[in-house]
Amino acid sequence: MKRFTALYAAIDQSTKTTVKITALARYFQEAPEADRLWCVALFSGRRPKRAITTTRLREWAAERAGIPLWLFEESYPIVGDLAETIALVLPPHTQAHGDSLTDWIARLRALDQAGEATRKTAVLDAWDRMPAPERLVFNKLLTGGFRVGVSRKLMTRALAQATGRDEAELAHRLMGDWTPDTTDWHALIEAPDAGADLSRPYPFCLAHGLEDDPDTLGDPRDWLAEWKWDGIRGQLIARGGEHFVWSRGEELMTDRFPELARARDFLPDGTVLDGEIVAWDGAQPMPFNALQKRIGRKTVPKKLLKDAPVILLAYDLLEQAGRDLRNTPFEARRTALEALLNDLPDAATVRPSPLVPVTTWSELGQTRSTARDARAEGLMLKRRASAYHAGRKKGDWWKWKLDPLTIDAVMIYAQQGHGRRANLFTDFTFAVRDGNDLVPFAKAYSGLTDDEFRKITQWVRRNTLQRFGPVRQVRPEHVFEIAFEGIHESPRHKSGVALRFPRMKRWRHDKPVNEANTMDDLRALLAQYG
Amino acid sequence: MVLTFTSSGIYCPAGDFHIDPWRPVDRALITHGHADHARPGHARYLCTQAAAPVMRHRLGEITLDTARYAETRRIGGATVSFHPAGHVPGSAQIRVEVGGEVWVVSGDYKTTPDRLSEPFEPVRCHSFITECTFGLPVFTWPDEVTVANEINGWWAANAAEGRFSLLGAYSLGKAQRVLSLLDPGLGPILTHGAVENTNAVLRAQGIPLPDTVHVTPDLKAADHPGALVLAPPGALGSTWSRRFRPASTGFASGWMRLRGVRRRRAVDRGFVLSDHADWAGLNDAIAQTGAENIYATHGYTDIFARWLTEQGLNAQVVPTEFTGETLDQDGDGA
Repeated sequence: MKRFTALYAAIDQSTKTTVKITALARYFQEAPEADRLWCVALFSGRRPKRAITTTRLREWAAERAGIPLWLFEESYPIVGDLAETIALVLPPHTQAHGDSLTDWIARLRALDQAGEATRKTAVLDAWDRMPAPERLVFNKLLTGGFRVGVSRKLMTRALAQATGRDEAELAHRLMGDWTPDTTDWHALIEAPDAGADLSRPYPFCLAHGLEDDPDTLGDPRDWLAEWKWDGIRGQLIARGGEHFVWSRGEELMTDRFPELARARDFLPDGTVLDGEIVAWDGAQPMPFNALQKRIGRKTVPKKLLKDAPVILLAYDLLEQAGRDLRNTPFEARRTALEALLNDLPDAATVRPSPLVPVTTWSELGQTRSTARDARAEGLMLKRRASAYHAGRKKGDWWKWKLDPLTIDAVMIYAQQGHGRRANLFTDFTFAVRDGNDLVPFAKAYSGLTDDEFRKITQWVRRNTLQRFGPVRQVRPEHVFEIAFEGIHESPRHKSGVALRFPRMKRWRHDKPVNEANTMDDLRALLAQYG
Repeated sequence: MVLTFTSSGIYCPAGDFHIDPWRPVDRALITHGHADHARPGHARYLCTQAAAPVMRHRLGEITLDTARYAETRRIGGATVSFHPAGHVPGSAQIRVEVGGEVWVVSGDYKTTPDRLSEPFEPVRCHSFITECTFGLPVFTWPDEVTVANEINGWWAANAAEGRFSLLGAYSLGKAQRVLSLLDPGLGPILTHGAVENTNAVLRAQGIPLPDTVHVTPDLKAADHPGALVLAPPGALGSTWSRRFRPASTGFASGWMRLRGVRRRRAVDRGFVLSDHADWAGLNDAIAQTGAENIYATHGYTDIFARWLTEQGLNAQVVPTEFTGETLDQDGDGA
C-alpha cells in the first residue's frame, strides 16, 4: 500500500506526462506481481465492487472526526471529492500496518459478505492504521472512483516502457472483461497467445474533430466518406459460436441489444465488426432519443424492443476468418465489409453504413449540410490507405460535424462543480422567456474558459437570490449562447423539450435578458429539427 | 452596541471610528497591511508600529498614527488597544472597550507561531468578531517544520536534476515566511520585484531574512543554476517566469490542502502553508476569548456560525459585502 501510495503521490504531484510515465513504469518493474496487476486493473477502470455505501462512509467519518454529519456534508462540495473529504476530516492515525495494495483490496472485498458492524469496525480500523495519503488511496478504492490524472493510454505506455512490449499490442491485451481474479500477470501481459480470450475486443480507432478547412486534407481522391451517426459506437464480435457486443467504454452490452444475436446467425465465425448501434425505423435511424430509453437498462422490456429496435450500421471489418485486418488499408477492409454484408436480409440486424460519394471538397460540404435529413450529425472522413489505429491518432480519421444548433438563454440556477472544478460555479441551468416567465430547458457544464468560470463564480456569490441545498437561484441577468446537437420532445421536462449535448458556446455580455430567445423560438426549433 | 456593522464596515459609535473599512472614512483603525484590510482614501489611519512601514509602502502619503502592542488609546468614549494576531509581521487584533463592555476584532489571525510574526495572544472579551477563512474541519495544518522539509526537499531534488524551483507565494507575509523556512545552503534564492520590495521594507525594520537576489530584466537565469525563485502567484504562469526553464512549479497556501484547488492552479507541488488559523486554531482561539457572542466574517461564515451555535455560543454572520469566499482570488490572503 505504501508503494502504491507513493506512486499515486508521484503522479498527483506532477503535471508532466513524462514524470507520470516514469513513476508508473518503475512501479511496474518493482512492485510485486499481484500489486502490479491490480494497478493495471485500477488504471483501466476495473475496480473492486463497492462493498460499502457512501452514506455509511460519510456517517462513520463524521462520527470518527467528532463532527455533526451536516458539517461533513457542507465540507464535501467544497473539497469536491468524497474520498478526499473523509481523508481530510479524520484525526491522525494511531496504529501502523505493513499490508500491500492487494491485501487491502482482498480485505475490502471480503466485507461484501460481512454484516454492517463488521464492516464498520474494519473501515474504522483501516483509517486508524493509515497516514492521510494512504487513507486517500484507500478511500478511493472504497468509493470506487479511481480517476487520478492517468489515462489508460498513459498507463499502457508506461507498461510498454516497463516490459519492452509493443504499446498497441498491450492495449489489445488489456481490452475485454478480465479482472485480477480471472487472470495473472503472465497470462495478461506476457503469454504468447493474445487472442486466447474469445470475447476480447480491439482497441477502438478514434477520430479527431476537423477544425480546419477540408482542403487541408489534400486530394479528395485519397478519402472515403460516411455519415457520422448519432448512436452508440460498438464492436460486434462473432467467435467460437458465440457473440459479444462491446461499447467504446469497454462495457459488455451483449444482453442490452438482444436483436444483434440475429446478426450472429449470418456472420461467419472469426468476424469482428466496428459500427454504430442505432434505433432503426426500417429505413433510417430514429432520433437518438429513441435509443436513449434503452441505455442503462440491463434487460429490455418487449415494448421497447418493438418501439426502438436496434441494428448495427457497420463501417469497418477488423477481423475476418480469425485474421486481424487492422493493418490492411481501410479501402480493402471496406471492400471486404461490403462483400460480407451487402447481400444479407433485413432480418440480419446488421448492414453496412453506406459510403457518401466524394468528388470535390466543396460538393462534399454540400452533402454534409444535408446530414440532418439523413439523421446523421455530419460526416466521417477516412483516408483510403489508413490502418485501424489503436486509440486517437491524428491524421487519418476525421469527424466533420454539422455546426450545432444554438439558442440564447438566461442563466437562472448555478451549482458548484466537483474535483478540479470544486469551488467554482460550473453547472448552470438555463431558461428561455415565456411572456413574463422564465422556463428552464437545459443544463450545461462546459464551454467556458477557466477565467470565465472564475468571473461567473464571483458574480454568482454576490447575486444569489435563494439557496436550495447546493443549488443557488441567481438574478436572471446573464445571457449565454447555448449550442446543442439535437432537440426532441420530452414530457418529463417542464419546457417539453430535451436537448442533446447542450453546452455554453459564448457568454453574451452584449445581450440583455429581454433579448434572449423565447419558448416560441424553442418550439420552432423543435418543429424543424425534432 | 460597542461595534456596529455599516455599509462602510465595522464602526464604533462611541469613538466615531471604523475598523478595516472598505469605503473612505474619517478615522480608520487597521489590523494589518493586506489590501483587503488596509484600503486607500481614509483621512486618518491608526495601526501598530510594526505594521506602519508596510502601510506606508503600500498606501503612500497617508496620515498615520501608530500604537505599540497593548498600549491603550482613548478615542472618544472608547478605549482601544492592538494585540498580536500572528498573521503577518505587525498584524493585530483590535480590542475596543466602551463602558466596561469589551469587543475584539480579530482581523486575520494564526494561532501557531512562525519565525517572523509576533505570536498570537488571546484577548478576553464579551464579543469576538472572528475571521473564518478556513472554518471547515477539512482544514488542518501540518506543523511548520514538516512543511519546511517538504519545500527544501523539493528544492534540493530540483537543483540536483538541473531544474529551477518556481514557488508562488503572496508577496506580503507568505513570501517572507517561506524565506524564513528555506535552507539557504541549497542554492541561490531569487525574488520577483513585488516580493523583493516587501523584503526591503521588512528588513529595514529589523526583521531578519536570508539573502536574496532581485530578478531584474537583465538577470541571466543561467548564472543562478538550481535557484529557488519566489514570486507572487500571478507571475507564475506569466512571461516573466519563462526565463527559468526547466522548472518545477509550486505554490504555498492553505488552499493547497485541497487537491482540486491545487490541480486548478496547475502547479506541480502544493505546500500547505497558511497565515490563517486552521479549524482547530479557530475553535481554540474562540474558546480562549471567553466570548459569548461571536460574529463570523471572511470565509465560510454560514457554516461556521451554525457550528458555533451548536456549541452553545451566540454566533452570527457579519453582514458585509466581503463575507469571505476568498478562494482563488489572487489577493493577499490565505
